[in-house]
Amino acid sequence: MSDEFPPDPSTGLSGSKTTDTLHPPDELAGSLTEALRRRVLTMNLAVTLLAVVLALAIGAVLIAVSSPSVIEAAGYFFARPMDTFSAIWNSVASAYSALFQGALLDVDELREGNIADAFYPISETLTVSAPLILAGLAVAIPFRAGLFNIGAQGQMAFAAIGGGLVGFGLSLPAGLHLVASLLMAMIFGAFWAGIVGFLKAKTGAHEVITTIMLNYIALFFLGWVLNQDWFQREGRNDPISPILNETATFPLLFGGGLRIHLGILVALGAVIVVWWMLTKTITGFRIQTVGANSAAARTAGMNVGRVWIIAMLWAGAMAGLAVSMNVNGTDKVVTAGIVGNIGFDAITVALLGRGSPFGVLGAGLLIGGLRAGGLAMQASTGTPIDIVLVLQALIVLFIAAPALVRSVFRLRGKTAESLTIAKGWGS
Amino acid sequence: MRLELRGITKRFGDLVANDDISVTFEPGQIHALLGENGAGKSTLMNVLYGLLTPDAGEIYVDGEPVVFGDPAGAIEAGIGMVHQHFMLVPVFSVAENVELGAESVGAFGFLKAQSAADAVRRVSSEYGLEVDPNAIVEDLPVGIQQRVEIIKALTREAECLILDEPTAVLTPQETDELLTIIRGLRDAGKTIVMITHKLREVREAADVITVIRRGRVVAESVSPQTSQSQLAALMVGRDVSLVVDKPEAAVGDEVLSVSELSVYDVTGRALVDSVSFQVRAGEVLCIAGVQGNGQSELVEALVGLHERSSGAVSLGEVRIDGASTKRILDMGVGYVPEDREHDGLVGSFPLAHNMVLDSINEQPWSRFGLIDYAKINKHGADLIEQFDVRARSADVLAATLSGGNKQKVVLAREMSRSLRVLIASQPTRGLDVGSIEFVHRQIIEARQSGVAVIVVSTELDEVYALADRIAVMYAGTIAGIVDPGISRDDLGLLMAGAVAS
Repeated sequence: MSDEFPPDPSTGLSGSKTTDTLHPPDELAGSLTEALRRRVLTMNLAVTLLAVVLALAIGAVLIAVSSPSVIEAAGYFFARPMDTFSAIWNSVASAYSALFQGALLDVDELREGNIADAFYPISETLTVSAPLILAGLAVAIPFRAGLFNIGAQGQMAFAAIGGGLVGFGLSLPAGLHLVASLLMAMIFGAFWAGIVGFLKAKTGAHEVITTIMLNYIALFFLGWVLNQDWFQREGRNDPISPILNETATFPLLFGGGLRIHLGILVALGAVIVVWWMLTKTITGFRIQTVGANSAAARTAGMNVGRVWIIAMLWAGAMAGLAVSMNVNGTDKVVTAGIVGNIGFDAITVALLGRGSPFGVLGAGLLIGGLRAGGLAMQASTGTPIDIVLVLQALIVLFIAAPALVRSVFRLRGKTAESLTIAKGWGS
Repeated sequence: MRLELRGITKRFGDLVANDDISVTFEPGQIHALLGENGAGKSTLMNVLYGLLTPDAGEIYVDGEPVVFGDPAGAIEAGIGMVHQHFMLVPVFSVAENVELGAESVGAFGFLKAQSAADAVRRVSSEYGLEVDPNAIVEDLPVGIQQRVEIIKALTREAECLILDEPTAVLTPQETDELLTIIRGLRDAGKTIVMITHKLREVREAADVITVIRRGRVVAESVSPQTSQSQLAALMVGRDVSLVVDKPEAAVGDEVLSVSELSVYDVTGRALVDSVSFQVRAGEVLCIAGVQGNGQSELVEALVGLHERSSGAVSLGEVRIDGASTKRILDMGVGYVPEDREHDGLVGSFPLAHNMVLDSINEQPWSRFGLIDYAKINKHGADLIEQFDVRARSADVLAATLSGGNKQKVVLAREMSRSLRVLIASQPTRGLDVGSIEFVHRQIIEARQSGVAVIVVSTELDEVYALADRIAVMYAGTIAGIVDPGISRDDLGLLMAGAVAS
């Protein structure tokens, strides 16, 4: 008789489902991540853009109150209030202008005719964005299948081992060597992510928990590998691999001090391939069906577990490509810090990109631009680069709480009430 | 208590759920509020119970205007609500449930357990509602649980009792008992409001009927002597046929054979216990029974959706127990799941995509793994036309459809494949009369074309309308397989666990 009872208020699920796809310890994590996931996938573009605007506005306040000139002018605010306002304007305007110039185009260098230097900011933005976009895809694909992949970090770390081994260990012709190294990174990444999909499909283990645990294992495994004779650079005691062979690295696109390399085109290609996979193929249809309603997918005869595994394999391959941007592109070497924080920034990128490949592309460029511009801003105006991290955090916060953004900008949103009533209405 | 609603209007965006509704509920009367799902009955009751604030209109209690900000205000004013889904804590005793939210507290904040039990005893003896105050709620049958809800309202001094679809989960016998209780309450001077879409009960119990359609009152003070078909016409807004036109069955060979099928839950308890039956081509086997007696699990096991089962299921000569759902569907089994919103459709997908959910890997919908959306959209548009789905186009998202149209989409998908067996679980639950008519016609059409049909239903009207044979399930077993000539009383007894003679 217990299945006659009203919905469980803690999960919002009615108690009448007989198939036990959720396993008890994971239920809380499951319902929270599920709620966030649905929210992100159904969010509209306006809310996303306004979240960015709102974050920039709050960032402006933080820049103003932390600026020495503003603090000084505020000291005699009642004598000459306009000084304070102009100081605020100057500090915010110069910081943001430095941020945007540092991300896109150095106008001063352009005036002086130094073309390479003028385009240095956009080159940096693209270089920094490439791994963010790919790692963003690694989060976004499972997102569409109903999985929250917190494990891009670990998948990238594990993939770095495979890609690095081929990169410095083999001698192959140029081009082929790069492809082999990328493929090996993708295979390693896919293997690591596939474990998560397999555990979820066979035992129901929640992916949030398994990915977090596998992150630790992968990162410490990478640390261990870097101290082994077969991986560590000869004559070194610190954890660092040999330098990759020239044949296994991404060629620079322009050279002349610009770091931008072929990898950015690989990232762009990956966006298109993932978009094509999601929208044109059966695999994509199944991934989206399982993500939108796994019960209906199961009832329609889809093998939900297999779809989860496939989505994770794709994710791991993308994570493998992401770390290759560093291993075969900018760093040309494997270190313990090769992944940086990209695997976690990828979650921001996927959320901001609303789980869609082109959204991820845009979000990756935005975050990459903020990163590149932040460095320039710190160098030229003294505004700490940490403000960029604050912006990033605020964007995620506003995306997680769209009602807040709506109320600030007085947007009309769909309320749960009107939705449920509309469902039962009129035939 | 005389409860009067004047000009109640409630809008949700562009949608007018209640449009200038005026109705008066008199004390000592059973007033039935009749309307299809989505007609605005529940919105009206939620306004009355303080859960929603009306955009216009007033509520009067005994001639005095009142405003309820929340349910507490409504309870204070003497309005009690018995929800369709009971609001009880299963592991608490009857007395504990009754005092929940109105606990009487003694010194140091300790509960006075005895006073609640006394209150329950007092109310049960006063109105003839027998129940043990110390029984644990989850051990009680559904009918008694509902009684607890009623007692809960009465101990809070409710003068007006609103019952939302009170018979949805009851056996015929329990329904009769409930109606007796309601009549007793009426005779004691209570104001009773019964929300329902079941015509038979309305005619049996109500003193006066108000019919609501599309948010408006379309008929007030209707006499319960009005015929069922007249009431149905008022509800739907056109004449409807309540009888399914069913030609003589042309029964063929045995198609589906189930032998000693058992289904277990996680703890190993048998939810379906060694069930055997056969279905032949061109016949409808109805599985009747009160909700929760193993029907859902039986059907899930048949289509391979239940992991823990034993026994044999054969489709023709081929064993399909243990086969994947995909394989079973591909072998020509059509499945209309019980919970169409949850299991049957992807709400965020367009109708056209929902129409190929279980055949996306087949030509012509896809080739070499690539989907041909042009063909899928054309197919969707065709089916919408053919199955009279009321939607602007095949691009409309499934979630925006009404219940009846959603069910038409599921049926269209399943019946557009070539079938040998059609399994429909609660195919008309929650549907309006017009859609029920349509779904029943489709099921009979499938039977005429030689498909073996299984219909699981808790509605006796539906069972009698469709069945060529009736299998009654009780507590996980088949209590008997009987001819549809069986009387309602006998069928009710079987559903309550009596053994077939």
